[in-house]
Amino acid sequence: MAKKEYSFYPGCSSERKASASNYLVSVETISKTLDFKLNEIPDWNCCGASIGYAEGGELPRHAMNARNIALSEKHNAGQDIVATCAACWLGTKETHERLSKSSQLLADTKEALKEAGLDLDYKGEVPIRHMVEVLIEDYGYEELGKPVKKPLEGIKIAGYVGCQTNRPFGVAGESFENPKYLDKLTETMGAEPVESYDQKVTCCGGALAFSEPEKSQVQIKKIIESAYDHGAEMIVTPCPVCQMNVEVYQDQINKKYNTKFKIPVTYYSQLMAVAYGSSAKEAGLNGNIVRATRLEEIASKK
Amino acid sequence: MTDANTLMVEKYRNSFLKEVEANVEEGDWVRMCMQCGVCAGSCPLGPHWAHPPQEIFMMIRAGKREEVLTSDSMWMCTSCYNCIVRCPRELPITHIMHGLANYAHRLGIAPKMNPTRRFAKIFWDNIASSGRVNELTLSIKLYFMDGIASGIKKGLEMMGVGLGLVKTGRLNPLGLISHSGVKDTKGLHAMLKKAKEIEDKRKGLA
Amino acid sequence: MADEMKLAAYICKGCGLADRLDIGQLKQIAEREGKAKIVREHDFLCNSEGVGMITKDIEGEGVNHIVIAACSRRAKIEAFNFDKVAVNRTNLREGVIWSQPDTDEARELTQDMADDYVRMGCAEVVKMQIPTANPNAGSNKRILVVGGGISGMTSALEAAKAGYEVLLVEKTGALGGMVAKLHKRVPDLEPFKEPADTQIDDMIKAVNENSKIKVYLNSRITKTSGAPGQFSVNISQESGGTQTENVGAIVQASGFTQFDASKLERYGFGRSKDVVDQMGLEELAKAANGGVIKRPSDGKEVKSVVFLQCTGQRSPKEGELSYCSGHCCNTSIKQAMYFKDANPEVDAMVLYTDLRTPGNGEDFYRSAQKKGVTFTKGWPKEVTADLHLKFKDVILNDEVEVQPDLVVLATGMVPNSGVDVEASGGAPNLGGDDDDAATVAGEGDAGISVLNLTYRQGKDLPHLRHGFSDSHFICFPYETRRTGIYACGPVRRPMDISQAVEDATGAAMKAIQAVENAAQGRAAHPRSGDLSFPSFRKEGCTQCKRCTVECPFGAIDEDENRYPKFNEGRCRRCGTCMGACPVRVISFENYSVDTVGSQLKAVDMPDEFSEKPRILVLACENDAYPALDMAGMSRTKYSPFVRVIPVRCLGSVNTIWVSDAMNSGYDSVLLMGCKRGDDYQCHFVRGSEIAGVRMSKIGDTLQTLNLEPERVQTYEIAITDADRVAQLIDDAAQMVEKIGMSPFKF
Repeated sequence: MAKKEYSFYPGCSSERKASASNYLVSVETISKTLDFKLNEIPDWNCCGASIGYAEGGELPRHAMNARNIALSEKHNAGQDIVATCAACWLGTKETHERLSKSSQLLADTKEALKEAGLDLDYKGEVPIRHMVEVLIEDYGYEELGKPVKKPLEGIKIAGYVGCQTNRPFGVAGESFENPKYLDKLTETMGAEPVESYDQKVTCCGGALAFSEPEKSQVQIKKIIESAYDHGAEMIVTPCPVCQMNVEVYQDQINKKYNTKFKIPVTYYSQLMAVAYGSSAKEAGLNGNIVRATRLEEIASKK
Repeated sequence: MTDANTLMVEKYRNSFLKEVEANVEEGDWVRMCMQCGVCAGSCPLGPHWAHPPQEIFMMIRAGKREEVLTSDSMWMCTSCYNCIVRCPRELPITHIMHGLANYAHRLGIAPKMNPTRRFAKIFWDNIASSGRVNELTLSIKLYFMDGIASGIKKGLEMMGVGLGLVKTGRLNPLGLISHSGVKDTKGLHAMLKKAKEIEDKRKGLA
Repeated sequence: MADEMKLAAYICKGCGLADRLDIGQLKQIAEREGKAKIVREHDFLCNSEGVGMITKDIEGEGVNHIVIAACSRRAKIEAFNFDKVAVNRTNLREGVIWSQPDTDEARELTQDMADDYVRMGCAEVVKMQIPTANPNAGSNKRILVVGGGISGMTSALEAAKAGYEVLLVEKTGALGGMVAKLHKRVPDLEPFKEPADTQIDDMIKAVNENSKIKVYLNSRITKTSGAPGQFSVNISQESGGTQTENVGAIVQASGFTQFDASKLERYGFGRSKDVVDQMGLEELAKAANGGVIKRPSDGKEVKSVVFLQCTGQRSPKEGELSYCSGHCCNTSIKQAMYFKDANPEVDAMVLYTDLRTPGNGEDFYRSAQKKGVTFTKGWPKEVTADLHLKFKDVILNDEVEVQPDLVVLATGMVPNSGVDVEASGGAPNLGGDDDDAATVAGEGDAGISVLNLTYRQGKDLPHLRHGFSDSHFICFPYETRRTGIYACGPVRRPMDISQAVEDATGAAMKAIQAVENAAQGRAAHPRSGDLSFPSFRKEGCTQCKRCTVECPFGAIDEDENRYPKFNEGRCRRCGTCMGACPVRVISFENYSVDTVGSQLKAVDMPDEFSEKPRILVLACENDAYPALDMAGMSRTKYSPFVRVIPVRCLGSVNTIWVSDAMNSGYDSVLLMGCKRGDDYQCHFVRGSEIAGVRMSKIGDTLQTLNLEPERVQTYEIAITDADRVAQLIDDAAQMVEKIGMSPFKF
């Protein structure tokens, strides 16, 4: 079977020395184990994220995403576009859907793209996918379980799915209210999913963690508290914004609410990298502010 | 900016609903709301809204233009999309909220000091200039948007967070001088300029 | 009775019966105590060999009364179906071995139960006679349809299609009813987006051209007498002539009248010509015929229109309707579309309380929203003479005032249900609430009787709530309290066109069943096929009239000497008359005071010190008995001290059974019937209710016996209450343990 290849859209947060750089490190590591290739879209740009709408408006936002799709069609023809970041995936997929539904929006977008030298016949034929979809649909849990060398035995993990990998598109076959894929992935890696975790799709505040920190931190507190209440010792997530918001504000929340939160928040890909036998560094564990010591221990075991 | 507002008031004298349908992203869905209120109950920041989405829709139908456009309600949207997936009428509520916020902002009548509005502008300017987010300049601009003194205070509050990110290699302390954006910034700028031009033309804002 | 009685008992050993019970002992009991001439056992009684064995005895040995001690009477109905013999089905399976634990300790009490049931079975069947069909059966199969609107015409066409002759009587000079006055109708076909043609003219044409349908216009029914299969009706024309016709069944599709909007002056009706009701708007739309609609006052084109929903209905005000008429939201949506379709620039607003769009109305509602009709949730306060409409917007909590060109009021449906026979003293109104029924009922057609029945119990179909004809709406739509007369359309509950058409079809089918059953002298639903009918011993009758008053179906009139006169064809065989009779002179051939009384006395009553109490359950065969069977099927266990006797309806329970039971030493008696009240599930409409009234008076009897009143309980059981019936039995056993055994054990 030919090696699987994808047109990869890493997104701003995955860049070197950016907030989710360790996510990318771990994804690259598991790509080696699972033997797929990520071909970065040359000169990709920001998706506009979930806050870009206010100043950016409609068409400029879609133009940004269409530029990435057009570049992918040009350079990585025929390959599915895959994003690791929830917002990148959502933004691109949304533009893709809207352009396919409105011929006027498509014409206007093409006109704008022309200015960027992308005088392309925008086809919009390839699917826009999240890395999680690639793993679940192109591999499947059974296949993903095969390379496990060091099962993450005894670690209780709360699967925090959050919003944007879950809504409005979500992962096929999962419900919006209680998606199970993180739990299944966690289980596949030998850890123990906390299935009764009741804040798994609660919003962390997203971009409003910056502009409305107090309101957002109330959300984050709920997310962490419930993980603790249900016996979790670690939170796992598929989204860079979720990861960052839930991890980095723990000290501030502790100060304000007199809590003692100190729970590691990792990416699913980090769990996989460790279970597949990679080193802590290869799993990007050095990028976690709240150290995932249990994972580090397993990674350091021979 | 307020000229644009006057223009629109004139143009849609009698029907704010028609104005919204013509000018707001996904605005033609507003009429389809059946007032069940599921959106209001599904919003994580619901308690902080002066008017939940369902009420905003009703206000649009009732012609309450000023109240809607100057409201800070839409600016509470975290883009969690809960309302969208739960709406039994399948209204793209999140997008309508974004659209209303954008429209009010474009007309210059959105609440001036709303932090999300200000952050959104900083964010867009940040990505529009180089094509990619520069997380360092973004946060600096954000902290200093209320002036130097408050900026330093907020910067200090956030020092722990920042240091943590720097230590773990997740924030580039040299981002001020060494940020790498897209290569084709010229093309990108031209594209965005064109896109805005077309959009303004379509909405009669040109 | 032709031949001498010969009783045979057959005891099945299948389904585990032989493992759990001493079959030999049961045989002995049947023979010695039950006096069965033939007693046989079989390994698998319901198979062809077992059934063949019984048939052989019937044919060869002259057996005419049989006891089948096997499974419940609700199982193996087809196998154990024997003509011209009296049959008892002794329930040893569901009622004994499945409801008792399979343990050594339980064996004795389980056997006690089976022994008693065999005794009871033998005791009952010897009191039964083999019923012969109603000798006064009528075989007229013509169907009379009263009302020439869309419901009535549908019934007529459906019955005609099935091959039956129909008489269609319409009080006005034209067929078509309300629908003929509509410009368009709410759509009943995909994609439910646009108002549709009513196609009523095609239907009128089809009726007129149908050779099986005879139409009487400008006519009313001035007299109805008789019974299913032999009704006699007088049809009187406005011009004065009267014809007498014979029919087998009647469909009453007398429709509705719009609520009188002149009572709604607060909403501007009467103050301004530009306030109309929904039918008024239809008139304007018909005049416009697809063009722009003009307002009545000055003929100006309507540029803005407001529809006020729930006006004079869902209202707490006296003289207004408390209920929702169901169609009006969809109707207003349709009417708003009249405006939008003629001119999209018209402002059309629907001001609603709760937008209710039954059927496929949701799609229709969405279509109106797409067309730009505005929907506002609010309460109208006032409409002035110059059309200032004040309302409260309840979403935005705003007081709003607008001035449209036209206001349309969605008033409700008032049924044309004739005279309220219970209010006018024909029969006691046992349930019934004190709502708007009395004030508004009759207003529909000014209290003019629709059927003019000559029945003892009054001229028309009894009403249930709000003046609508009672039609057993929970379980058996169209079934009324007058056998062979079926109500359909808005006379039985508010409804729209699609519902009325479906209703009318169903009622036509019911009427056909009624004439077919009547012709064979059999009962109609729910004892469909039952040949028995009540008779009475005239010499014992005290002319107390309880039977004539309490019969839920108006089957009993009085003859010229004031004795009850049974109209067998109208009888549903519930036995309510039998339960009512204080001197116990009413009986059926196969169901009587004796058939039940002898069963309860046949039980072997252990003495006071045996620690074996006895609880008698009289269980309605319609819901309670099946619920008990289901408890057995799901192996839900209950007290072994219970003995269950199925009855046709709690209405048939004569208080003598209860006092006999107490006198015989039973420690408790439980009556289990169906749900009663306005949302009754009683298959015989009022049987359960009447039993409740009778039992409320039994306390005195108990007191004279010096017994605790809690020993007798009446329960309402739904067919799904399998767990609950078991619990109620166990509760009774516990109660007996607490208050002690009855002292009446001899």
